[in-house]
Amino acid sequence: MKSVEEILEYLSEKFPETEFEALQGDVGPARIKVPAPVIKDVAKFLRDDDRLLFNTLMCLSGLHYPKEEEMGVAYHIHSTKLGHSLALNVRVPEEKAEVPTVESIWKTADWHEREAYDMVGITFTGHPDLRRILCPYDWEGHPLRKDYEQQEFYRGVTTNE
Amino acid sequence: MNSLFLTNILNLPLLVHLALPLTIILVYALVAIWGERKVAGFIQDRLGPMRVGGWHGWAQSIADLLKLIQKEDIVPTNASRFLFKFAPFMMFAASYAAFAVIPFSSGYIGSNINIGVFYLLAVTSVLTLSIIMAAWASNNKWSLLGGMRSAAQMVSYEVPTIATVLTVIVVAGSLNLMTVTEMQSGNDILGFLPNWFIFQNPFLIVAFVIFFISILAESHRVPFDLPESESELVAGYQTEYSGMRWAMFMLAEYADMLLLSLLGAVLFFGGWNSPFGDFMGGPVWGFFWFMLKGLLLVFVMMWIRWTLPRYRVDQLMHICWSVLIPLSFINLVLVALWELIF
Amino acid sequence: MIELISDTGERREMTINMGPQHPSTHGVLRLELVLDGEIIKKVKPHIGYLHRCFEKYAEEMDDYAKVIPYTDRMDYVSAMNQEHGYVVAVERMLELEVPERVEHIRVIVAEMQRIASHLLGIGAFGLDLGAFTPFLYLFTEREKILDIFEKVSGARLLYNYMAVGGLMRDVHPEFKEDVADFVKTFRPKIKELDNLLSYNKIFINRTANIGVLPVEVALNYAASGPVLRGSGLKWDLRKDDPYSIYDRFEFDIPVGSGEVGTLGDCWDRYIVRVREMEQSLRIIEQALESMPDEGDVMEAIPKRIRMKEGEIYVRTESPRGELGYFIAGDNSASPFRVKARAPSFVHLSMLPAISRGSLIADMVAIIGSIDIVLGEVDR
Repeated sequence: MKSVEEILEYLSEKFPETEFEALQGDVGPARIKVPAPVIKDVAKFLRDDDRLLFNTLMCLSGLHYPKEEEMGVAYHIHSTKLGHSLALNVRVPEEKAEVPTVESIWKTADWHEREAYDMVGITFTGHPDLRRILCPYDWEGHPLRKDYEQQEFYRGVTTNE
Repeated sequence: MNSLFLTNILNLPLLVHLALPLTIILVYALVAIWGERKVAGFIQDRLGPMRVGGWHGWAQSIADLLKLIQKEDIVPTNASRFLFKFAPFMMFAASYAAFAVIPFSSGYIGSNINIGVFYLLAVTSVLTLSIIMAAWASNNKWSLLGGMRSAAQMVSYEVPTIATVLTVIVVAGSLNLMTVTEMQSGNDILGFLPNWFIFQNPFLIVAFVIFFISILAESHRVPFDLPESESELVAGYQTEYSGMRWAMFMLAEYADMLLLSLLGAVLFFGGWNSPFGDFMGGPVWGFFWFMLKGLLLVFVMMWIRWTLPRYRVDQLMHICWSVLIPLSFINLVLVALWELIF
Repeated sequence: MIELISDTGERREMTINMGPQHPSTHGVLRLELVLDGEIIKKVKPHIGYLHRCFEKYAEEMDDYAKVIPYTDRMDYVSAMNQEHGYVVAVERMLELEVPERVEHIRVIVAEMQRIASHLLGIGAFGLDLGAFTPFLYLFTEREKILDIFEKVSGARLLYNYMAVGGLMRDVHPEFKEDVADFVKTFRPKIKELDNLLSYNKIFINRTANIGVLPVEVALNYAASGPVLRGSGLKWDLRKDDPYSIYDRFEFDIPVGSGEVGTLGDCWDRYIVRVREMEQSLRIIEQALESMPDEGDVMEAIPKRIRMKEGEIYVRTESPRGELGYFIAGDNSASPFRVKARAPSFVHLSMLPAISRGSLIADMVAIIGSIDIVLGEVDR
């Protein structure tokens, strides 16, 4: 069982070249901000290290921050063996929203990443099957982006009543 | 020419032979479908149909039949039209034709031929053919899977069915179902038990159990209803059928159930013989007893249907080929030995 | 005509669509199956047929409380648990204290809903395997729960009963007696179910050693709830990450043991649900005993919710597993982002992994045993 601060310190020690940052909102526990290019290595380390053993990915959500012109991915991981949880955040610029996939680390990320791609349009590089999942395969746009505009017609059918 | 035609038309026995079993089957099917829903209802702690016709919804099947007749006759665009349309009638014809050799009472049998059992088993094999025909002609993958399952199942289970029927034939020494029935009259066993084959020979009880399991499979009843298992194959070979043609399938299935149950009644329970010797005997009572025995077996089939889950296709084959078939042949030998010794 | 054998005489595989209209896909799930005879070579699930834009709607709402009716519609067979998860998440974000009476009523209705949901899940599972009668027996019991819910909330399926910080209305005066009556009559029915279905030879034949899910695979796929417990891991969020007042109650966590087959097979997942219903009854009994008789259930409901900035992930134990709500607030009354992490969604994603090489009939058993609700998968 480790606190977020301890994990942050431990990570900085193991990845000396990478800059980690603790994000603290007004509510909720602190999150660790991880640079996008290393997320896969960090994830693998978090899963396999004997002192961390984060063996499950509880949730993976895609977000769109219009003010910062950024896309974000929130990872919530948990260790059933040691009983601690952690939230990771990844931020990438809107115009180049690419995040390496963690599908090979936690299988469950497969569908979660497809959903994030479908909903906010983040491309997960290296994902084996990055298709839309909830919307039809030929839908236009990504509905949960804050600048989303609904298409007027879908296959000749109006989408507004 | 003209006079010959007239004599044929006026040949009453022929008309009777045509109409009588048909009437019996039609009336039975209406009653049995209503009965099945009532039985299911009571088993499941509910009432079943209660509205149509007043008393316990007795007219429900008639109303359903009228509805089905009025429905549009839909043939899928890519289906093989002729085969698709023909299959349900062929299926019903097959089970109907088999009723010809069933001795309904001491006074009535459609055709008293001396190879009755042989004829019956041969004619019912056409059922498999019509099911495959329906499945293939529908041009639907679920239908096809259902048809394949059905073919495998019926071909396999015909072996234990025939083996157990053979067991009875060994005891009776005749293929004529009328003769088989007549051999079982009287109440001589232990002084009061009727001379039915099931009481005559302990190994015939085993034979009956195998026979009953096999006819469950032959008539596609739970736990062997794989060809039309609704939760796996949607409706199996009936998937594309609707309206009157679907009703024909239903009719054929219920007729098949009755046919095999009646065969069981003839082979093991003394056919039209009264259980009380001469008391309540005679052709009319004979018909009553015969139908009662058949319907009791049909009821047991329904009872099983609403109680058990369904087997898987490989388990079904396992039961047939490695349990029932060896058992039925060993049993055949044992019955023969028993007959030889006693 | 369907061609199974090519012109050159070699065997061909057949692609078949199971669903979206199929009796045993539990809704509008579509599976693309590649078959060799009846053996499944490949499974490709397609979802989204029931997508009703829950997350989009949640962002459009101008109040956190207005999302509650939409949570009902996700997992429509356990609406109370969905609401419970959402209100717990919002309360934790607001750091809101909830009155005792409210917590007790919430736990009681949530556990009743868990029983109702399991009854449906088990019944439908039996139905998938051709056992029609247990389904109706179980529905009779479910009906009694729904009757109580109707008295409590006015609705039978989608309740909109819980509110942030309280409840929409107080329970009816005879609530305690009604629930106690139900607990008393329901307990013997579980025995009956064991006799009729659980230990039925054919049922065991159909479910034992089918769809085996080893515990490591389950964790890698983040399985939870009865599916994970069926694989033998003692893991229940009511105990391992307690929310509401679950830490006060005494109950066991039933796990699969490979009693009739392999650990983690369909039967294990099934039996975990059956045993869980007994434990839910225990929780209900304890909660009934300690529930305060007086108290205003609406006093702690905030007039207007204004969320601070921050992200939170709160998970609760729904009948199907870990129901997580990820909520991001941005100093306004409207949610910035709400994501529901639905257990069915996660469980369905592992279907290809556990069903390869099985028969069509097994596929039906596996889908039934992971007990998915498509409303929750597609949201």
